Amino acid sequence: MQFLQTTMIRVAYAILLLLAVLVLNFSLMHLAPGDVADTISQSMGGADEEILNEIRRDYGLDRPFIVQLGTYIGKVLSFDLGYSFFYNQPVTKLILERLPATLLLVFSAQLLALVVGVVLGVYSARKPNGIVSHFVTLFALFGYSAPVFWTGILLLIGFSLHIQWFPVAGMRDVTIEGGFWIHFMDVARHLVLPMITLASIFFALYSRLARATMMETLGSDYVRTAKAKGLTNRQVVYKHALKNSLSPVITLAGLQFSAVVSGAVLVEAVFSWPGLGTLAFQSIIARDTPTILGILFFSALVVIVGNLLTDFALRLVDPRVGGKK
Amino acid sequence: MKHMFKGLVAATALASVLATGVVAEEPKRGGTLLTVLGTNVRNLNPAVQSGIVTGYPGAQLFAAPLRYDDSWTPQPYLAESWEVSDDGLSVTLNLVKNATFHDGQPITSKDVAFSVEVIKANHPFKAMFAPVETVETPDDHTAILKLSKPHPALMLAMSGQLMAIIPQHIYGDVAINEVKTHPRNNENVIGSGPFKLVEFKNGEHVIMERHEGFFMEGRPYLDKIVMRIISDPAARAIAYENGELHMGAFESLPRIINRLKKVDSLTVTPEGYGGIGPLDWLAMNTTKGPLKDVRVRKAIAYAVDKKFIMNALMQGTANESRTGIHPDSPFYNADVEAYEVDLDKANALLDEAGFPMEGGKRFGLTIDFGWPGVKPQVEYVKAALKKVGIEVEVRSSADFPTWAKRMGTMDFDMSWDTVFNWGDPVIGVHRTYDSTNIAKGVWSNTQGYANARVDELAAMAAVENDPEKRKALYAEFQAIIADELPVYHVNTLPYHTVYSDKVGNPPLGIWSTSSPIDMVYLKD
Repeated sequence: MQFLQTTMIRVAYAILLLLAVLVLNFSLMHLAPGDVADTISQSMGGADEEILNEIRRDYGLDRPFIVQLGTYIGKVLSFDLGYSFFYNQPVTKLILERLPATLLLVFSAQLLALVVGVVLGVYSARKPNGIVSHFVTLFALFGYSAPVFWTGILLLIGFSLHIQWFPVAGMRDVTIEGGFWIHFMDVARHLVLPMITLASIFFALYSRLARATMMETLGSDYVRTAKAKGLTNRQVVYKHALKNSLSPVITLAGLQFSAVVSGAVLVEAVFSWPGLGTLAFQSIIARDTPTILGILFFSALVVIVGNLLTDFALRLVDPRVGGKK
Repeated sequence: MKHMFKGLVAATALASVLATGVVAEEPKRGGTLLTVLGTNVRNLNPAVQSGIVTGYPGAQLFAAPLRYDDSWTPQPYLAESWEVSDDGLSVTLNLVKNATFHDGQPITSKDVAFSVEVIKANHPFKAMFAPVETVETPDDHTAILKLSKPHPALMLAMSGQLMAIIPQHIYGDVAINEVKTHPRNNENVIGSGPFKLVEFKNGEHVIMERHEGFFMEGRPYLDKIVMRIISDPAARAIAYENGELHMGAFESLPRIINRLKKVDSLTVTPEGYGGIGPLDWLAMNTTKGPLKDVRVRKAIAYAVDKKFIMNALMQGTANESRTGIHPDSPFYNADVEAYEVDLDKANALLDEAGFPMEGGKRFGLTIDFGWPGVKPQVEYVKAALKKVGIEVEVRSSADFPTWAKRMGTMDFDMSWDTVFNWGDPVIGVHRTYDSTNIAKGVWSNTQGYANARVDELAAMAAVENDPEKRKALYAEFQAIIADELPVYHVNTLPYHTVYSDKVGNPPLGIWSTSSPIDMVYLKD
């Protein structure tokens, strides 16, 4: 019962937050000088003034701000994200078309970073001054501080140009014909480089965090007790310590849900990955208000759902969390 | 007028004999061309959307009445012949008889009349068809464009991507001015061109295949075209190098152009952009402060070293341009003041204009730029003008609309700008200098320039059907502009076409890839 109440309150907060996100972003977009008619004109190599005014009229950009805002909020409340000015398509369609590519990229990168990061983090926590530990630290710092577009281009030059193992851009080779497995392998081949590039940022976070919490846990009393009981080193590390040091890592992983839009933008741009990040970037450049707001709305939703899921996951590994309100 | 057309045909025949004399190879039929678009496409229908990104797929999906070779000579396309009346007030197009749309319906003069109406109502370049009052259709294969005044610009406006013939039976179901948002501009497109749409995936690719019913015997040569959308120039460069792309156009980064030139299997060429006519220039607001004085504008031109911009910033990939007309155009007049760098002259002009040097400084100006790619140019202008005592403050804009707003409302002193000619000067050149077009949005006469003689010359050239007389009018037009400098013309934008040695007949006519690539083929 208490759980239900907490959930209800959180959902109500979430809806208010979403509305605030929309109003704030709409106003910010409106404050900036110029509008989508300018970028449409740019895409056409300049346009007659008459045409520009017609575009503004068609999209209601000539109406007062408050009317535009009201119309938009009204539409969103009836689950209509509106029409993209720039692409003349429903925003929902644009987003849903791009979503699978981004989910595939972000989840596989997260998974890779999580598994490799935790394994190496735990390993280096056990021998904090060993050569592997230093190597992992160096690698993590490098991955975190190198700009992703640079890492991406470097990987491209190495593995697409000099050793031609992986394709340069996109998510699939449209000239390939064949069954499901041929296409599956094709997408997998395209995925490798962007996945590694994106994972290189997350990897640093996970490996550093796993290392730190693991070292802390290994120094705690109950680990000493466990050792004193005569348990093997293996049992101590993986059964006792690991489970306890995982919860910060899971919290972090949950927070990274927002990366569905933000983290992938540059990686998608470098690899022409047809995902949401590219769409967000292009819409901002094009000042395509409905699409930008649609993506923000959508990513706010993803973050909220992500946080809820993180809570559940934490309850599973750490029973203490469930007891708290 | 008839005899002139015959003369042109003869010249064309000669030109094509000469051209084919060099390339003796027989085109091969078949294959899939892997090519690329540098940004996402907004709209596939060039009748309602201009721009080079729409131009590439658009010119494959839709045919125009005419096409141009690389010597600015019109060639028959959907119109097998054409005739301009002696008074220049009617242009008759005789359409090919066997042309069909992708759904098998015949292409008739009614579709031509409909297309003109749609373009007039939706296309951003009003100047193209403004003098066209009606289109008469005496029979299915004759369309007569009736003009309110002679309009020589019509020839170029009927070619490339500028006059897409679209089917009335598809787009006629909405009001004429709503065709720009017609859902079939992007899906289930039924066109008149050599290739038909298979799939357009927003942000990913445009795939087309041969239109079997295309009216030109044996063409197109390619079975299929895959246009991938790759917006990162470095990624495109790698894809050309490792063979993932056969061909691409509109590459403009000097660093990448020079790198690709070193690859043995690739040809990188600036040929084929005369029709598009992209120019880089320094715009000056002639209505504000010191820039009101033509001597100040001249001093700036003498202080800014074009050669430095072309050699150091553009790394030798761009050519000099001295006027608002692209150097490849037959109307280009190179015989104008070139403003070779001369700091003494610049200082003298500024003294004369009443801005004496005081403590190393005369006055301050701002300079804007609309996109990050041209930041080196504005930083250079700042450094160059410091030498003659002009303190320049570089103003960046958050994004394109911010800059466009500043330009459109003339809230600037100087700005780096890139503007396209789009074929005939009437379409893309007059707009920058015409005193009736001041401050009408970005890429209008944002310099606030007004000269009655320039207006008059432009108006006369617009209706002059004799090419030689027209050339003379534009020569004077360019000389005045080079002398009064509302814009300091610097260089051509270094657009380059990249193609591998597998590609035959790359599109190097005046319209680059904004023209049909029905003659492109893949070698074994």
